[in-house]
Amino acid sequence: MSQEVDGQKVDTRKRKFLIAATSAVGGVAVAGVAVPLVMSMLPSARAKAAGAPVEVDISKVEPGMLLTVEWRGKPVWIVNRTPEMLGMLAKHEDQLTDPKSEMPQQPAYCKNANRSIKPEYLVAVGICTHLGCSPTYRKEVGAADLGADWPGGFFCPCHGSRFDLAARVFKNVPAPTNLVIPPHQYLSDARLLIGVDPATDHLQG
Amino acid sequence: MSALQKMMGWIDDRFPLTATYKAHLSEYYAPKNFNFWYFFGSLALLVLVIQIVTGIFLTMNYKPDAELAFTSVEYIMRDVDWGWLIRYMHSTGASMFFVVVYLHMFRGLMYGSYRKPRELIWIFGVLIYLALMAEAFLGYLLPWGQMSFWGAQVIVNLFAAVPFIGEDLSIWIRGDYVISDATLNRFFAFHVIALPLVLIALVAVHLVALHEVGSNNPDGVEIKKHKDPVTHIPLDGIPFHPYYTVKDIVGVIVFLMVFSAILFFAPEMGGYFLEAANFVPADPLKTPEHIAPLWYFTPFYAILRAVPPLFGSQFPGVVAMGLSIVLMFFLPWLDRSKVKSIRYRGPIYKIMLALFIVSFIGLGYLGLLPSTPVATIFAQVFSVIYFLFFLLMPWYTSIDKTKPEPERVTG
Amino acid sequence: MKRLKNFLFLLAAAPVVAFAAGATVHLDKAPVNLTDQDSLQRGARMFVNYCLNCHSAGSMRYSRLQDIGLTEEQIKDNLLFAGEKPGETMKVGMSKADGKAWFGATPPDLSVIARSRGADWLYTYLRSFYRDDSRATGWNNTVFDKVGMPHVMWGLQGEMAPVHKKVGEHEVIERLELVKPGSVTLAEYDAMVGDLVNYLVWMGEPAQVQRKQLGLIVLIFLAVFFVVAYYLKKEFWKDIH
Repeated sequence: MSQEVDGQKVDTRKRKFLIAATSAVGGVAVAGVAVPLVMSMLPSARAKAAGAPVEVDISKVEPGMLLTVEWRGKPVWIVNRTPEMLGMLAKHEDQLTDPKSEMPQQPAYCKNANRSIKPEYLVAVGICTHLGCSPTYRKEVGAADLGADWPGGFFCPCHGSRFDLAARVFKNVPAPTNLVIPPHQYLSDARLLIGVDPATDHLQG
Repeated sequence: MSALQKMMGWIDDRFPLTATYKAHLSEYYAPKNFNFWYFFGSLALLVLVIQIVTGIFLTMNYKPDAELAFTSVEYIMRDVDWGWLIRYMHSTGASMFFVVVYLHMFRGLMYGSYRKPRELIWIFGVLIYLALMAEAFLGYLLPWGQMSFWGAQVIVNLFAAVPFIGEDLSIWIRGDYVISDATLNRFFAFHVIALPLVLIALVAVHLVALHEVGSNNPDGVEIKKHKDPVTHIPLDGIPFHPYYTVKDIVGVIVFLMVFSAILFFAPEMGGYFLEAANFVPADPLKTPEHIAPLWYFTPFYAILRAVPPLFGSQFPGVVAMGLSIVLMFFLPWLDRSKVKSIRYRGPIYKIMLALFIVSFIGLGYLGLLPSTPVATIFAQVFSVIYFLFFLLMPWYTSIDKTKPEPERVTG
Repeated sequence: MKRLKNFLFLLAAAPVVAFAAGATVHLDKAPVNLTDQDSLQRGARMFVNYCLNCHSAGSMRYSRLQDIGLTEEQIKDNLLFAGEKPGETMKVGMSKADGKAWFGATPPDLSVIARSRGADWLYTYLRSFYRDDSRATGWNNTVFDKVGMPHVMWGLQGEMAPVHKKVGEHEVIERLELVKPGSVTLAEYDAMVGDLVNYLVWMGEPAQVQRKQLGLIVLIFLAVFFVVAYYLKKEFWKDIH
């Protein structure tokens, strides 16, 4: 293909090819500059350090007690559940939205009846799945203000969402899903590491 | 009609997109004889974009706080992914902006680009240069190193030399009795918002004025004098797009190679782009052993120091420094030559321009040095030449023997 | 003519005057080699053992030491103080006020010390301490007169004493002489300080090795881009006569 400009033959195909080539290389150049700029908005080394896994000594958590630790700026609960508490879990499954933990609110290794690695220890992110308040720990069965059938669990003061002692949400409350179980692993019987999955030694996020 | 054409038609009914594209690119006819010196206008625009984009990303992590500023820069250099690259692009860009702008201005001097009918382009250009100097000065305080602090201290104290109101003026500028957190915060505000807006606006009017009258060229002749009788296109004009866009891409790549070579292999540029003393946090109690402004300010700093104090006041020096820039505005009316381009000028202008450039570079060099009696004498000689270049211009340009200009550009 | 001579002299002398003001002492060349990871690792250990007691490196995270080939385990086991995490910066226990009270000035943060002082200055300075009983610390330094910092590595280097010579009226220090040997020889000490300075240079800008590698790629890319763009320009400019 060719056309005339000022009485001269112009190789349009060559021009088109050169325009395409320059555009392609120029596009790579622009992308090459854009990538570092976009990447600079990811969490910095400081943010990552602040979000590093947290090691907790759980030997001091008495049966029935709750310990709150901070991980990535969020409260993480560790509850040492008594056998009685564990026994209650199966009894009210019909009142729960997601009793079998079908929704991906926990790592695969916690998708079980207790939503935990060791049955007695519940490890959960204490942030309500409704609008982000932190629920309070109400272990007393049949508490006066929560009703005679309250099996013990967590109650969110902001909008009244209720969760049981496996951090599963009750029906007919604003919160749509169970509380999140963070990745965690046991370094020994007394040492818990929050933020890392057990099988791989890989950091989440 | 294709979908694209339909969409363009829809837009053009509401916004002059095609008309703007034609007026400024595909049907803006530029002289066909642009040479090497004509790259620096588009390069200046490129550096402006680099500075704005990198500046936005630096602002995301920089802290304009006297307690945090210094470490926040190091935070960007280390903890932020690619922060070092963004910061060096910005610091290298600052110096390269002046390199490009100085060469762009020198082009104007050589080819008489400030002459009628381009007086306003030149004036807008000098205003851009002034805004750029202010922008660079304000930005240099932000890393809050020793040079940042003491450089700002010295320059703000110049305002204190103004008779009667000077002391109050300098306090007002600082918002404190010394350069402090308050000063840092207001400099930050001006650096990231006020002056960039001013710069962009000035660049816009600079370009509008240029496209109104058309570009000058190395021959200094008007291409609009000879138009095609049918199409009314200047015979020596070629559409900016594609001819100068493809040419400028080549210029941009060469420039980026120089830019990258500095950025990746010598970001400090031997202490000229990033000074060693600026890696020490600002300390109001301890002046560095030797302070000099950044290289692009040193010609004016040398003029300042060359003028002896009068009645114990630095004011004459400050006035001389101010005057050295103000004179630039009058250039279009100081030049009385019959021709524009240096190609057709006589020997006197060529000698004067050469002396001017030597003086400007000489002043720039002397401004980097500590003040000594010998250096002061040289700075005074150079300053006199600097001023005489402007003040004697009406005389020497009118007696200079010029060569006849050609009718058409010479390729 | 004399003025011209003065001017030429000025031009020649200027860079020295401008950029080495106050530094009349001779500086030895520091053996900096940022590709030598063994040296950097030895330097990092020296830094943690000898410098980090008084000087912080507040912008430097321990975890970044992975860039010089240390594993997270090695960092935890060998370099961290009890209770510190690898993600933390190199802080120091001593408060600013204590530092000022003990040494006359707060020991400066060393994150970017190599960028402000230069490698050669650091290398020479750390090898130029000598006994001076007139000083509160008992030490002085030929590079930094009346320095507040004591000779923390004297156990390694040993004690140096000045050898004076007369210049006109004044006694000046000609050189230093070993009077009480330390645990290593002077040559070994020089090598250790060399490692330390190498590390300080690296710590001044941990991204610098990556920066130069990337720079090469960018320049090669731009060279390719230039060829393509140049042919594009040439093709279009065939039209212009």
